[in-house]
Amino acid sequence: MLSFILRRLGTMALTMLCLTLVVFFLINLDPNLKKLAISQTEMHTSAEQLESWLVNHGYRQNFFSRYGQWLGIVPKQPVTDPATGKPARRFSFCNDPVEPTFSGVLQGDFGCSTKFKTTVASKLFPALGATGILMFWVLVVMVPISLLIGILAGMREGSRTDRTLSVASIASTATPEYVSGVIFTVIFASWLGLLNGSAASASRGITFYNFTLPVMTLAIYGIGYIARMTRASMVEVMTQQYIRTARLKGLSFGSVVVKHALRNALIAPFTVIMLQFPWLLTGVVIVEVMFRYQGFGYTLVEAAGNNDIDLLLGCSLVSVFIVLITQLISDVGYAFLNPRIRVQ
Amino acid sequence: MQLEYIGAFDVVLGVLARFWPVWIALVVVMGASFAYKKRLGLYGQLFDSSVGIVGVGICLFWLFTAIFASTISPFNPLVQIPIMKDALPGAVEPQSGLVYLFGGDKLARDVFSRMVYGSQIVLIIAPAATGFALMVGITLGLPAGYYGGRIDTVLSFLANLVLAFPVILLFYLLVTPGIMETPIPYAMAGLFFLFPIIFFSVLFWTRYKKRPDRLYILLGLTLIIGGWVYAGLVFDADPFRIIHIDPNQLNIFVAVVFASSPGVFRIVRGLVMDIKTRDYVAAAQTRGESPWYIMLWEILPNARGPLIVDACLRIGYTTILLGTLGYFGLGLAPESPDWGTAIKDASRLLRSFIHPALPPTIALMSFVLGLNLLADSLREQSMKD
Repeated sequence: MLSFILRRLGTMALTMLCLTLVVFFLINLDPNLKKLAISQTEMHTSAEQLESWLVNHGYRQNFFSRYGQWLGIVPKQPVTDPATGKPARRFSFCNDPVEPTFSGVLQGDFGCSTKFKTTVASKLFPALGATGILMFWVLVVMVPISLLIGILAGMREGSRTDRTLSVASIASTATPEYVSGVIFTVIFASWLGLLNGSAASASRGITFYNFTLPVMTLAIYGIGYIARMTRASMVEVMTQQYIRTARLKGLSFGSVVVKHALRNALIAPFTVIMLQFPWLLTGVVIVEVMFRYQGFGYTLVEAAGNNDIDLLLGCSLVSVFIVLITQLISDVGYAFLNPRIRVQ
Repeated sequence: MQLEYIGAFDVVLGVLARFWPVWIALVVVMGASFAYKKRLGLYGQLFDSSVGIVGVGICLFWLFTAIFASTISPFNPLVQIPIMKDALPGAVEPQSGLVYLFGGDKLARDVFSRMVYGSQIVLIIAPAATGFALMVGITLGLPAGYYGGRIDTVLSFLANLVLAFPVILLFYLLVTPGIMETPIPYAMAGLFFLFPIIFFSVLFWTRYKKRPDRLYILLGLTLIIGGWVYAGLVFDADPFRIIHIDPNQLNIFVAVVFASSPGVFRIVRGLVMDIKTRDYVAAAQTRGESPWYIMLWEILPNARGPLIVDACLRIGYTTILLGTLGYFGLGLAPESPDWGTAIKDASRLLRSFIHPALPPTIALMSFVLGLNLLADSLREQSMKD
C-alpha cells in the first residue's frame, strides 16, 4: 500500500512538472509577452520601449533558465537597473532578491503578480481560503441531497419514484452553471427579491442572503451526476444475493435498505464525489465571475485576462494539484472502503 | 416614439408560427420513424419509450431549427435597429411591421433571431468536434488497450496529463487572440485532422488487402476526400472554396477536440481491454489475422454501444463547453449570436432586463437535455440486447 502511494506521488510530481512546463511555455509565447508589456507600460509606447521593458524585467532570458528560476533550481538573477547599472529588484512591489538566490516554488516563493502589484502568495492564498468556504458549503448541500436522491431512485428500480428522480437528475446534469445561475438569479433575485444576485459582499461576511445563490448554482450541476452514479450502484447492490437472503429472512424492506444495502452502495459514489472536484473547479470559476465573489476562480480569470505570468502559474499549480490529489484520495479510499480490492 | 406591443398570447402564437418549417419536418421525420420503427434497428427502438421519443424530438427540433434558421428568424441576427433597444417581448418594429418576439437586447438586436441563429453555430461545431475527438480517441485507444505495455503507459500518461488540466485553464491558454499569431493552433489542427484519414485508410487496408479492386477505390476516395477537407480546414487552401473555416473558429475547434479526446481514449482503452479477452478475438488471433484487423473489425464493432452513448453525452458536454467559451468571451467574435455569448451579455444586465437572458439559457438547456435523454434511452435499449 505504501509503495503504491509513493509510486503515485512520484507520477504526480512528474505530471505537475510536465504541466507547469506546458503552461509556462504557453503563457510565455511572444504575443502574450507583448500583451503583458503593453498592459504594464503607459499608452502609446513604441515597439523598442516594449522590448526594452521586457529585457529590463528579465523576460528575455533563456526559456529554460527562467523556468528553472521559477521552479527554484536555478538561482534567480536580479535585473540591472539601466539608470544606475546596479542590480535592482525586478518589481518594486515584491521582495525579489537583489543578489542571485535560489528562490522559486520549491523554496516557497511563488513570484510576483503584475496585475495586483503584490506577491502571488499574498493574493492567491486568501483567494483559496474564500473558495474553500464556498466549496465547503457546496459539498454540505450537494452530497446529502444527491445521495438521498440516488438511494431513493435506486431502491426500487423502474418504479415511478425512480423514473421521476432519474429524469430530474438528467435535467440537472443538462444545466451548466452559467444557465442555472441566470435562471436562479431571475427567479430569486429579480422576481421574488429574496436573495442577492451578487456575492461581492460575501468576502466581508457570509449571510444566507448573499451566499445562497452561488452555492445553489454550483451544487445543482453536480447533484444530478452524483445521484445517477449512486442510483446505478444502489440498483446493482439491490440485485445481490445477500439482499434477497435478508428479505427472505423476513426483514422489512426499510431495514434491508438501511442495514444491508446502504453501506455497500455508498462505495462507488465516494469515488465519484472525489472525482467531481475538477468539475467543481470549472464551476467555481464561472460562479465566482458571475456572482463577483473574490475567490480562486475570480483570481484565475483576472490572471489569465491580464497575462499575469506568475499568478497564472500559481493558479495552475494549485488546480493541477487539487485534481491529482483528489484522484489519489479516491483510489486509496476506494481500496480502503472496498475489502474486495487489494492494491499491489 | 412609442413602440406598439402585442399581447403574451400573440407572442406564443407568433413563435409557434415562425417555427412552421420545423414542425412540418418534425412531423414527417417522426411519423416516418414511428411507422417503420421495426426496421430501423437501434434508432427505431428509441421510439419504444417516452424518454427516447422526447430525446429524439428535442434533438431533431434543434437540428431543423439550425437548417431552416434563415426562414424562421424574422430579422438578421447582427443588424441593430436603434429604436428597439431593450424592447420588451412582443414589441412591433415600426418599419417592417414584424415583431421582436422575445424583445431586443442592449444593442437593439432581435433576441429571437439570435437564438435561432445561435443553434447553427452549436450544431455545426459540437457534433463535428465530437466526431474528431472520437477519431483521435479510437485511433489511439485501440492500440493502447490491445497491446498494453509501454505504448499504453506513454499514451495513458499523456491522456492523464490533459485530463489533469482544469478545462477552463486549458481554454484560457489555448483560445486567446495571441495564440493565433503563432503556428500552434495550425500545428494542432494538422495533427488532429490527420487521424480520420489514418483511421479510414487502415480500416479499409486491413479489410480489403486481398481484394485490390475494392481497396484502391476506397483508399483513393479516403485520400481524395480526406485530403480535400484537410487542405480546406488546416491550410484554408480548398481549391473549390467550399470548405472554409475562420481562424478563430479553427482555434476553438482544435481546443475542444484537444480537451475531449483523452476522455474518449480512456473509454476506448477500457472497452478494448475488456473485449480482447473474448473468444472471438482469440479465434481471430488463431486464424492469423493482423492486430489492426482484430482491433478495427472484431473489437471496435463490439464496442459500439457504449461509444454511441458516450458520443451523445459528449456532444451535450461540448455544447456546454462552447457555452462556457462564449460566457468568458473566448474565441468567438463578440457579436456572434451563439448562446454562450448571448448569456454573457444578458447576465450582466439582469438587474434591469431579464428577457434577453432567458431564450438562450432555455435553448442551451433544452438541447443538452435532449441529448442526455437520448443517451439515457440508448443506454437502456442497448442493455436489453
